[in-house]
Amino acid sequence: MAKAGDKSGGSGKKGLKRKAATEEAQEAAVGEDGTTESGVQPPKTAAFPPGFSISEIKNKQRRHLMFTRWKQQQRKEKLAAKKKLKKEREALGDKAPPKPVPKTIDNQRVYDETIVDPNDEEVAYDEATDEFASYFNRQTSPKILITTSDRPHGRTVRLCEQLCTVIPNSHVYYRRGLALKKIIPQCISRDFTDLIVINEDRKIPNGLILSHLPSGPTAHFKMSSVRLRKEIKRRGKDPTEHIPEIILNNFTTRLGHSIGRMFASLFPHNPQFIGRQVATFHNQRDYIFFRFHRYIFKSEKKVGIQELGPRFTLKLRSLQKGTFDSKYGEYEWVHKVCAYSMKSQLGNFKKDGMRIKPCTLSFEYLYLKLCLCIYSHELKLISDTAFWSRD
Amino acid sequence: MAAAAAPWNHVWVGTDTGILKGVNLQRKQAANFTASGQPRREEAVSALCWGADGETQILVGCADGTVKHFSTEEGRFQGQRQCPGGEGTFRGLAQVDGTLITCVDSGILRVWPDQDKEASSDPLLELRVGPGVCRMRQDPARPHIVATGGKENALKVWDLQGSEEPLFRAKNVRNDWLDLRVPIWDQDIQFLPESQKLVTCTGYHQVRVYDPASPQRRPVLEATYGEYPLTAMTLTPEGNSVIVGNTHGQLAEIDLRQGRLLGCLKGLAGSVRGLQCHPSKPLLASCGLDRILRIHRIRNPRGLEHKDEPQEPQEPSKVPSEDTETDELWASLEAAAKRKLPDWEQTQGTLQARQRKKKRPGSTSS
Repeated sequence: MAKAGDKSGGSGKKGLKRKAATEEAQEAAVGEDGTTESGVQPPKTAAFPPGFSISEIKNKQRRHLMFTRWKQQQRKEKLAAKKKLKKEREALGDKAPPKPVPKTIDNQRVYDETIVDPNDEEVAYDEATDEFASYFNRQTSPKILITTSDRPHGRTVRLCEQLCTVIPNSHVYYRRGLALKKIIPQCISRDFTDLIVINEDRKIPNGLILSHLPSGPTAHFKMSSVRLRKEIKRRGKDPTEHIPEIILNNFTTRLGHSIGRMFASLFPHNPQFIGRQVATFHNQRDYIFFRFHRYIFKSEKKVGIQELGPRFTLKLRSLQKGTFDSKYGEYEWVHKVCAYSMKSQLGNFKKDGMRIKPCTLSFEYLYLKLCLCIYSHELKLISDTAFWSRD
Repeated sequence: MAAAAAPWNHVWVGTDTGILKGVNLQRKQAANFTASGQPRREEAVSALCWGADGETQILVGCADGTVKHFSTEEGRFQGQRQCPGGEGTFRGLAQVDGTLITCVDSGILRVWPDQDKEASSDPLLELRVGPGVCRMRQDPARPHIVATGGKENALKVWDLQGSEEPLFRAKNVRNDWLDLRVPIWDQDIQFLPESQKLVTCTGYHQVRVYDPASPQRRPVLEATYGEYPLTAMTLTPEGNSVIVGNTHGQLAEIDLRQGRLLGCLKGLAGSVRGLQCHPSKPLLASCGLDRILRIHRIRNPRGLEHKDEPQEPQEPSKVPSEDTETDELWASLEAAAKRKLPDWEQTQGTLQARQRKKKRPGSTSS
């Protein structure tokens, strides 16, 4: 048969085993001749009984062999198909159909209807009169109380201390087993504007409750990937007392706006550019990444950044109207683990159907790009002396 | 646009910034109506009810103590009146024989005379219901009967034409298994049709049925749902069950014959502030603090029918009953949905064939 000649004429190294295999196959084929679908035996495809797959061969070496052969064949076919397509395209020239666009996460995004239109008057009015209006009108300046769950361990305590240096005008207090509902009226009487509670579980911080104080909303986050200062590689010296600038990325939906404003109201409204420090809250696919950097402009286009301060990732679990009252409070948004919450809630988009882990690797690169486009216009504001001074 | 669209609005929603929105579900549009032209937070809508003459007028109770009249046909606010007295927002509005009944948070229930007849703004009748009122509801069958209830304020049924004492005063349930008093927090009240019974839902996640006709002052039936306070309740068209919503956005249908949970409705992410069923069709409109109006199908199959995200960031506070004169539009809404079930509602039969071919209109939001 032509087939036998083909195979035996092939490489001699695997010759014996191959031959044995093909002989077996051909014997089977001869027996099953009547049952094969096409009258002409295709020279390439083996004439195995229908329904046979390579994985059914019990002998591992032979199975491997068959698989590699099949793979090579597939590759050859693919290459041939590509070449053919290319030739056709060249032959058609201008009349060739447009190239098909590959599927990416960007393309598969579900459009979110709650994205806020910047011209929307109702949203503008709502934001002008909500609980953060007094901060954005420069009437109040923030005063933060940072505390933890009861009996915190070393990591959480150190995180609190570091957060204290990052957020200006903040104070850390030991929890002492007090109930939050009792702490809150005391804070209000002492003119605190925000309360941050870092929850701890098994010696690592894993949750964050951010409550705006007079009567404001309370956000509950899940915190992960906490890195203290000493764990950050290639970091700069400790942050100074200068008030940092804030970057809020991708808080586009209505819920995103509320959360974004909450974060913004933690920091005083007048950043000191001399300090060249910046705190970033970057939202991507509902995960909020917090980073604290010091930047320096080497030239108009190039900027160098040093990561200072702690870094962590937050995911919103619930936003409650009113101060902390998890039992009887009214929730503005609750994270529900069900099919309806397929799209991104805070902004950006989510690919529906698949769960993709958020990528944190390219954060620095992303951050650099942002730095460039945001800070290049502020170059004029920074005086030369501060610009070139060394820390 | 307002004048033409007003009669075609299926659902009316009040918001926290004082805007009254009429939502046209067929065209997926929302129209905003404000009394003063600008949204104002002092005018936050706290209560809505239909006015006299069928469903052509809406009474809007605002946070600053005014009740505004809105005409659905003309699409504008016609007038307003001050209803001072008592502290707190309106918890209930009702209209009977041209007089207006208001109840505020601090427990002062007042009956105001018709504005045209008397210039003075003295109330005709004033009752003290007890502090901490969460809801006042009028019996649709007997307009002179109202029921009130609230936080540590037991359910009371009042006859406005009768004496100053309530007709029916509910008694608290027995002490629980630890012999502790069970706290009371009636968040919403509904009158069951064709009987004297009332249903309440509480902030301690209980649904209770009271029967004033029976000698028992305690609830006749009690059912619990979930772990969070129930904030809104509505009766289904058949009258055997209620749909309740809680502060986490969970909606559930509870059968009142047995006290059983029939099923839940998903979708809401925030606290439920308003629920309203269509009087005849198995459709439910829900709105809440997540700023989205949703229309759900209650039966066959249970699911979300339509979601309106009007991009307005308000918190809708109540949804009154939909226009029954626009039955034909409801039928077209059903037919246009992607369901293969036959339309078993016998509405205008001649229109059905035409409506089945109608495509679902593209969504536009104002």
